[in-house]
Amino acid sequence: MIKRVLAVMSARNLEFLRDRSTLGWNIFLPVLLVLGLGFIFSGDGRPMYKVAVLQDAAEISIEAHPFLTTRYVQFFSVNDPEDAVRKIGRHKIDMLIQFQPSARYWVNPDSPKGYILERLLLQADPDIERAEVSGEAVRYVDWLLPGILGMNMMFSCLFGVGYVVVRYRKNGFLKRLNATPLRPIEFIVAQVLSRLILIMAVTMFVYAGTQYFIGFRMQGSLLTLFLVALTGSVSLISLGLLVAARVSSEELAGGILNMLTWPMMLVSGVWFSLEGTHPVIQQLAKIFPLTLILESARAVMLDGATLAQVMPQLGTLLAMSGIFLLIGATAFSWQND
Amino acid sequence: MKLAITRNRVPPSTGSARAINQNSQSSPVSGRAEKVLEVRDLVKRYPDVTAVNGVSFSVRRGSCFGLLGPNGAGKTTTVEIMEGIVKPSGGEILYEGRPVDRSFRDEVGIQFQSTALQDHLSVFETLRMFRNLYEHGAELDEVIRMCSLEKILKQDNRKLSGGQRQRLLLGLALVNDPRVLFLDEPTTGLDPQARRNFWKLVEQIRRQNKTVILTTHYMEEAYRLCDEIAIMDHGKIIAQGSPKTLLKEHFEDVVLEFPREDISSGLEGFPFPVLERGDCIEIFTPDVNQAVAQLVQRNISLNRMQVRPRNLEDLFLELTGKELRT
Repeated sequence: MIKRVLAVMSARNLEFLRDRSTLGWNIFLPVLLVLGLGFIFSGDGRPMYKVAVLQDAAEISIEAHPFLTTRYVQFFSVNDPEDAVRKIGRHKIDMLIQFQPSARYWVNPDSPKGYILERLLLQADPDIERAEVSGEAVRYVDWLLPGILGMNMMFSCLFGVGYVVVRYRKNGFLKRLNATPLRPIEFIVAQVLSRLILIMAVTMFVYAGTQYFIGFRMQGSLLTLFLVALTGSVSLISLGLLVAARVSSEELAGGILNMLTWPMMLVSGVWFSLEGTHPVIQQLAKIFPLTLILESARAVMLDGATLAQVMPQLGTLLAMSGIFLLIGATAFSWQND
Repeated sequence: MKLAITRNRVPPSTGSARAINQNSQSSPVSGRAEKVLEVRDLVKRYPDVTAVNGVSFSVRRGSCFGLLGPNGAGKTTTVEIMEGIVKPSGGEILYEGRPVDRSFRDEVGIQFQSTALQDHLSVFETLRMFRNLYEHGAELDEVIRMCSLEKILKQDNRKLSGGQRQRLLLGLALVNDPRVLFLDEPTTGLDPQARRNFWKLVEQIRRQNKTVILTTHYMEEAYRLCDEIAIMDHGKIIAQGSPKTLLKEHFEDVVLEFPREDISSGLEGFPFPVLERGDCIEIFTPDVNQAVAQLVQRNISLNRMQVRPRNLEDLFLELTGKELRT
């Protein structure tokens, strides 16, 4: 079995590496995106002030406090004060405020936005209790890099595996493999391993390149980040194989893959934080592997999270991978139906 | 192609279907009649067509068995069921007396009618990949030599000519040193030179006592390579036996061929069947002297007349009333 898996995997690796245009696209697109977007959004591109209110969303009323009537400020509810305080430290939100049991606010004295918001708040309520949160600001490029790497992994895994398998099926190559002792699970494992090796190599190359040229924040362990990328890639490759399990039309496969990638790209937090978005969107985003990958990668890179702290996300990703692979292997078809 | 048959049709001879091993004339193992593969009452139904409709035959070890028929006759479906690629709607396939299972794939080599290969891989890399899919098999050097692939080993799969590609596909079918080799329309699309070269390869393989199952719509190919043939049409076998025996059984005449422009008129009431076939006029006669005398009497030039024996193309036309390649 191992011999057959290695044979198919090696052949696929050679095919990928010799396809210069695809290889170049996989490496240079994320680099260009990081450089370009890092430049465009350098400083801080977010136009809105974000204030978290420690209260249930249903209970927030603009009559509760005059500060809540301030224009150009986005108020949103949070229930986890520790998480909100941590985000103030990272400048991801600009202020946390609570009204019950006593009026109190948290602000980062190093945050320019926090300073302006504090001035506005004190005009409305001079007696409110103050708490300071310290922490270095996270540049947009620091926050963006995991998103770009994750997005590149997503496209490479879904399209790179899904499209290739569908093309193999459509042109009859899978049918030829079916005439050999190769089993579906062996073929699938070979595809997973092949893409995993390639995407991990490309991701590490891009990571090292961007670190060298523009530098970014890395608070946690590289090994933990590697495990996050590895687990995330497996889940995305498995999803690509699930899509490609039976489909024999590249157009249909493209449609399904687009239907999966676009929502992930929009709501998984590739470009902007989901803080303050509608709770339904936040809940919806949790079903996407990319959301879990980005959450855990940012936790490691920006907040120095340990393996144990990101284990819930990794566990979910592994469970997703198992389900995708099981269904994909069961439904797998060597040739057009 | 316009056909104008002016002779009496010999009805299809259902009596010609018989056990394949009764009529072998050139099998390298003619002393034994051991069945290696047996097909019993094979049926394959699709929603709108029955592609294979009750096909039965057996294949002797070491023989070359040919399935002939026009496009859509059901021959590819039949062999793909035999190969285990397509599931039958009914019937069974026995290999060495036992129903085929997945282990059968270790024993057989398959060359499909059309197979795409991985881009960016060389001929050698492709051979090596397929060789590694089998636990046991042939030495790659031997496969390369047999299929004359030495000069194209480093060539990208995408840059192979039609003949080179077919030789590579044959090599892939041989990497596991199979006992049974399935060749599905292996020379379709090849030029005559490449086709003849391919035939030589198949003849070499046959000398290794491998059983070959060949589908083709080239009658010359079947005549040259096959010990036994089954002619299929509309999913059924309509004749079965060795090529020479089938021809002998159905025909006692020869064919006089003329360019069409040599005979514009004058064959009305001719005593032997006359057929317009492409650019030729064909006269079928068991008595050449009498036919020639009649032609001379009607002032028809014999300068470009050719006499040939009946062939499998004629047999197919005889059995089905249509040209094989239509």
